[in-house]
Amino acid sequence: MDRVDSVLLPELDGPVPATLPSTLGLLSLALGIGALVAPGPLARLTGVDDSAAARMVIPAVGLRELGSAAGLLSGRRPAGWAWSRVAGDAMDLTLLGRALADRSGERRHRLTLTTALIAGVTAVDVFAAVRIRRAQQARARMIRMNIGVTVNRSPAEAYRFWRDMENLPRFMAHLESVRADDLRRSHWIARGPAGHRVEWDAEIIDDQPNKSITWRSLPGARVPNAGRVRFVPAPGDRGTEVRVELRYAPPAGALGRAVAKLFGEEPEQQVRDDLRRFKQVLETGEVVRSEGSPNGISVRQQAMQRPAQPLPASRR
Amino acid sequence: MKATAWMGTDSVKVIDVPDPKIMNARDAIVRISTTAICGSDLHLYHGYIPAMRKGDILGHEFMGEVVEVGPQVRNLKPGDRVVVPFPISCGHCSSCQRGLYSVCENSNPNAGIAEKIMGHSPAGIFGYSHLLGGYAGGQAEYARVPFADVGPLKVPDDVRDDQAVMLADVFPTGYMGAEMCDIKPGQVIAVWGAGPVGLFAAASARLLGAERVIVIDRFPYRLRLAEEHLGAETINYEQADVLDTLNEMTAGRGPDACIDAVGLESHHGNTAMYAYDRAKQVARVETERPFALRQAILACRSGGVVSVVGAYGGFVDKFPMGAFMNRSLIMRTGQCHVQRYTRPLLERIQRGEIDPSFIVSHRMPLRDAPKGYKIFQKKQDDCTKVLLTV
Repeated sequence: MDRVDSVLLPELDGPVPATLPSTLGLLSLALGIGALVAPGPLARLTGVDDSAAARMVIPAVGLRELGSAAGLLSGRRPAGWAWSRVAGDAMDLTLLGRALADRSGERRHRLTLTTALIAGVTAVDVFAAVRIRRAQQARARMIRMNIGVTVNRSPAEAYRFWRDMENLPRFMAHLESVRADDLRRSHWIARGPAGHRVEWDAEIIDDQPNKSITWRSLPGARVPNAGRVRFVPAPGDRGTEVRVELRYAPPAGALGRAVAKLFGEEPEQQVRDDLRRFKQVLETGEVVRSEGSPNGISVRQQAMQRPAQPLPASRR
Repeated sequence: MKATAWMGTDSVKVIDVPDPKIMNARDAIVRISTTAICGSDLHLYHGYIPAMRKGDILGHEFMGEVVEVGPQVRNLKPGDRVVVPFPISCGHCSSCQRGLYSVCENSNPNAGIAEKIMGHSPAGIFGYSHLLGGYAGGQAEYARVPFADVGPLKVPDDVRDDQAVMLADVFPTGYMGAEMCDIKPGQVIAVWGAGPVGLFAAASARLLGAERVIVIDRFPYRLRLAEEHLGAETINYEQADVLDTLNEMTAGRGPDACIDAVGLESHHGNTAMYAYDRAKQVARVETERPFALRQAILACRSGGVVSVVGAYGGFVDKFPMGAFMNRSLIMRTGQCHVQRYTRPLLERIQRGEIDPSFIVSHRMPLRDAPKGYKIFQKKQDDCTKVLLTV
């Protein structure tokens, strides 16, 4: 548990993406072995035992399933393999449809049942493929950062200020409010550009007084996030190294763009500025303001900030 | 209120702006009585410091009367007459607590921008670009002074405005330039630049016990001031080769310490040499013209100190690293940690050891600030220092 990556985010690390590919892989494995070992009984069961082609097609389908199984169980490109299962399902449904047209009586009955079963499997496969791909995309978008600041105060003072979660908006520019529901749970509201608001509930999952605080968003957050702040005595009696590890997965689409804007072009710069203000508040008692930066933590101003160059004339 | 505003390169205007307000609990509002134009204001005037915006209020040397204090300011009250150091310093970060006020870790609200250029951010400075905080300056009727419980120094009645206002920047800066030389009896100190900071560096080198002080400049009236007022020897670099002359004056040793009180807009006696760096500066291949710095390094005796108090903003080309390394030189630099020096220097003024008003050549009302900038820029009318009275 030394890295914040090991803090679970239910939406990203929960059972669905982690176990779905292997579950599908095992299903493919069973079907593949069945089709290769016992093509005859399978043909009877499905109602295509009267066709000579079935004796060729069923082992071929079995081989295809074994291919899918190998791919899914290998853990590489799970979304691709899940979609390949969907393609296989479509092929099976086509074949079954053609067979259905020629059958009647008891065989037709069994074929109908098989078709319904495969349609169900197809639905599960589509669902799984979509879930796996979304999780992969969220993981690819995931932003991770490790940023530190040295504060000329004791670890206990720094911890105490941070542990009162309602203090956080005093120095975090994008936060509108944090409401502590109890000692563990809190409700966060961030306000971004164009009236976009992002709200989520978070919980503290590890709390070591004067040492560290670890938190994560609760399931249902549209921007899953987790973080840890550690308060380490700085060498040479120089106060406290406040080290923040943070990760969050902005969604795609309009909300994702709003969240990206919320954190500016350089999310790390925003967090670094937040920590700088944390230092200001602890050391000087307030966020430092100037005529050029009158609000101290205005989101708009943060968004307009351009590193190392004056603003263009049009934005002065 | 009226204030001197930067309106673009080579352009300042006195305009009407809103009065400053208390924004933080440790702020004070000062009604300004006397303010000055600094040589480093000319870098802003010439457009060399990035992140200036049209309408920014200039000025970082000012003094006046406290008219309002925030709830956390307990050492000052309305009516106090104070001089305000140019670096804005919180007093509580570890830099401030070690006396390194000009690298205060908290006073630049735009520290992220400064970090991109400088690696770490220095302190915020009054009226000195958004890179250094976006604070309104003091060439105005009123100024907001953040962390007023740390910086401003109360000025006793027996010290005049034209003496006290020098404690905001130029006197402590020159003094720090000399202090960094670690002067010992018998030593020869050379100072590049006979502007206010160079003259105070030369004066301070004397106060700190230097045997000889040599001042290098190109304006005869400034060199005359160094000779007549400070008893310094002088070199006009447009008339003599500086390295040869210094070698001759020190019998081949070179000065024990060299103070660069010039900074990024230095000049060179040789037109071709000047044009080379000037062209690169215009093309932004380098941001500074470091003739004085290069010369100070080459001139300094082996094992000596190069003390840099001239203002630099960015990057220097052709830094003589070989000379610097092979000859065991020491370089010491810094924006002045003014808060460290105000009280001891005030006491030297009160004891009559120095009257810093000797550098003042021009006094004019605030509304004439644009004229003041022009005169100072062009070195017209033997201008060394312009005071603006409000």
